[in-house]
Amino acid sequence: MDPEWLEVGHLEDIPRLGARVVRTPQEDIAVFRTAGDEVFALRDKCPHKGGPLSQGIVHDRSVTCPLHNWCIHLDSGKARAPDEGSTVRYDVRVENRTVYLSLSPVAP
Amino acid sequence: MRQKLVLIGNGMAGMRTVEELLKQDSDLYEITVFGDEPHGNYNRILLSPLLSGEKSLDDIMLNRTEWYAQNGITLNTGKRIESIDRKRRVVIASDGAETPYDRLILATGSRPFVIPIPGKDLPGVISFRDIHDVEAMLESSRTGKHAVVIGGGLLGLEAANGLMKQGMDVTVVHLLDTLMERQLDKPAATLLKASLEARGLRFLMQARTEAFVGEDRVTAVRFEDGHEVPADLVVMAVGIRPNTELATRAGLYCERGVVVDDTLQTYDPRIYAVGECVQHRGETYGLVAPLFEQARVCANHLAQYGIARYEGSVTSTKLKVTGIDLFSAGDFSGGDGAEEIVMQDAAGGVYKKLVLRDNRIEGAVLYGDTVEGAWYFQLMREETDISDFRDRILFGRHHLGDSGHGGQNQAVLMANDAQVCDCNGVCKGDIVNAITQKGLFTLDDVKTHTKASASCGSCTGLVEQILASTLGGDYESPEHKPMCKCIDLTHDQVRAAIRDQHLKSVRSAMDFMEWKTPDGCAACRPALNYYLISTWPEEAADEYQSRFINERAHANIQKDGTYSVVPRIFGGETSPAQLRALAEVAEKYDVPTVKITGGQRIDMLGLRKEQLPGIWGDLAAAGFVSGHAYGKAMRTVKTCVGSQWCRFGVQDSTRMGIELEKLTWGSWTPHKFKLAVSGCPRNCAEATIKDFGVVAIDSGWELHVGGNGGVKVRATDLLCRVETETEVLEYCGAFMQVYREEARYLERTAPWVERVGLSYVKQRVVEDEIGRKALFRRFLDSQEIYQFDPWEQRARGVDEHEFTVMRQVGG
Repeated sequence: MDPEWLEVGHLEDIPRLGARVVRTPQEDIAVFRTAGDEVFALRDKCPHKGGPLSQGIVHDRSVTCPLHNWCIHLDSGKARAPDEGSTVRYDVRVENRTVYLSLSPVAP
Repeated sequence: MRQKLVLIGNGMAGMRTVEELLKQDSDLYEITVFGDEPHGNYNRILLSPLLSGEKSLDDIMLNRTEWYAQNGITLNTGKRIESIDRKRRVVIASDGAETPYDRLILATGSRPFVIPIPGKDLPGVISFRDIHDVEAMLESSRTGKHAVVIGGGLLGLEAANGLMKQGMDVTVVHLLDTLMERQLDKPAATLLKASLEARGLRFLMQARTEAFVGEDRVTAVRFEDGHEVPADLVVMAVGIRPNTELATRAGLYCERGVVVDDTLQTYDPRIYAVGECVQHRGETYGLVAPLFEQARVCANHLAQYGIARYEGSVTSTKLKVTGIDLFSAGDFSGGDGAEEIVMQDAAGGVYKKLVLRDNRIEGAVLYGDTVEGAWYFQLMREETDISDFRDRILFGRHHLGDSGHGGQNQAVLMANDAQVCDCNGVCKGDIVNAITQKGLFTLDDVKTHTKASASCGSCTGLVEQILASTLGGDYESPEHKPMCKCIDLTHDQVRAAIRDQHLKSVRSAMDFMEWKTPDGCAACRPALNYYLISTWPEEAADEYQSRFINERAHANIQKDGTYSVVPRIFGGETSPAQLRALAEVAEKYDVPTVKITGGQRIDMLGLRKEQLPGIWGDLAAAGFVSGHAYGKAMRTVKTCVGSQWCRFGVQDSTRMGIELEKLTWGSWTPHKFKLAVSGCPRNCAEATIKDFGVVAIDSGWELHVGGNGGVKVRATDLLCRVETETEVLEYCGAFMQVYREEARYLERTAPWVERVGLSYVKQRVVEDEIGRKALFRRFLDSQEIYQFDPWEQRARGVDEHEFTVMRQVGG
């Protein structure tokens, strides 16, 4: 196992069309699961006013922030146009239904 | 292999169809567009401002040529299609080039009607139809002095105004004795003529043109009586005719226009037609709003959803002449059984007329004060029964604005730097600029691009007014607003399908109605979930991930991501023991802020999410249940002390409040729902701004409905008086149940009562005793399922994943 990947739990720990939080000393990371069992991870902060994205409604490959309804693409961390802004993304891997997270942020 | 889609006509209707199609499915077709004009796609309704110099060519472009390339569309400008070979499915251009198609859209628009009189082909005699005409008019205005406009209709007057602004001396020639006879009645037309004359336009009424005079170029217009008017430029604006040449040549069935059915298909099902070239159910249209409705339906079919239908449009017009406010809609000719409400102030330059039939608006003419035009138009399209406010209707909608904007709409009078949307800090000027520069036509567009009305929604009415006043009659106020971008059906249609098809889950509802997105969005999913559980309380599954975080977590999310909890205190009456228990819990969890809410409850703010199950456990142990302060649900019953203590109290309002709260807590509603009970007509509990208000009187209780103290203050309407407590409970439950079953999600009782009419509510809840009892029964049945304490459940470990982190790293 590449030491860079951190095991954070099982796919089933994250509800479909939902998210869970992985807490690190630096920041909270929101780990999302789509209806099709794809998994994505973003910094748990909306680029707008810092709303916790993990608490939003997940639809398709995006999440709507619970504070002011900005819509953020899960695969890029970018806000859906015409809103502008983006949040940091993290790489995720799922193997045998186990979720691995890389703690090195991927710049948007 | 993608299918080939060819569009003939690069105008507003055709390109709107393509845009709608790209939104729904951008991969289905390889798209080729043919346009006569050498430009990209521009906003034809802004030709008048272009002529008058208020807009530049750049301002009115909708899609530049780059846009076509970016979207993979092949654009052929300045290229005419001469014929269509339907057998081989190819279109043939004037240079003989052939382009094959699988589907074809005809959007050939219309042609200006040219009066067949001598001199009509002279240089200097033009129509007012496209950018080329505007350029010719501007050119003439630089060299010539006299202009004659033939036709005193909408287009003619706009052309005349523009030419006058360019410094020309303009005479308008009209065959009849009133201007804009299709849109205006005599009194309004007289006012219009006077104010145009005051600006410097000259009119020749009931004048029949005999010939245009000139050798190389037009120099004058001659009339039947022999007299002549000098003219360096003649603009013919006497009407338009659907352009059906190409369709006729291709053997498609045409009458006045290309005949299409409700799916915008011609007699050849591979060929669609949209826009001004079309004849649908016997009607042809020359305004933008209907064309856009057609475009949406056509795109829906091209994208293979096949569920939309175009059923015709009701239209309105507004003259785009700066400083002249004129609005007309529908049929104002009156006739048998029609009634008129008229207000006329000739000196003040104001005239308003509404034509009614069976208390529904059939037509409207407004001159001088048009701010209520959009509202009358909406009432007309929705066929609203206006009997409840018929006596006040001409004075305008008192509740259109919000608390920040007073009662009256000021869209037209507002300064550009006046703030419209207080939530997002958007000014009128921002909205107007976005509308004209980005080519926006709908409320949704404005919401997306400016954020105005995208938050609390209280300024929606004002934004719609700004849209209407900026776009004039071309404002597209959809008769049936789709639920959201994921589906073309309205809230009511979705709800009907859930009921009729016995749909019981979000998934099955989306599958049955062919949702356009895989799993909806944050707008439609909560609505769907609500419709399911309110329609089938005993059968539908309450879908957790379709609820907003407040309802998933049973607490209010705050700006910093912490949560607040509000325990229920029935009727607002508490005890030292309860208060002590609350104080102890608040201390134990180190609650940063403890606050009494506006609804007489105690709010504990600043809790971290993982603290929630713990605090709920302690609150449950002390006898508290959730106050549902976070939900689209019954919130609180506010009370005064009533006859128990007050020297004026005539009934025991506190006990009544406790009974009502015990009856209704735990129920989900389309929006938050608040109650209050006052012990006497002094109304200290402010029951007349609640969704359901009860005021004690000597002989019993007065029941009030539809009040709102929120973003848009509205006092209640009196529903009825009852004598007993049992009746209060029954009427309350019945009222809540009709609201729950029939209002749209996120529609509070105030707009709902205004929309359906107080008479309707009275009929269901007061007059129909059997119906009322049935409603109350259904309310109680639903309460059997949903009246439980979500806090106690979660304190026991239900949905534990919601309150715990997935993994803690380090720290």
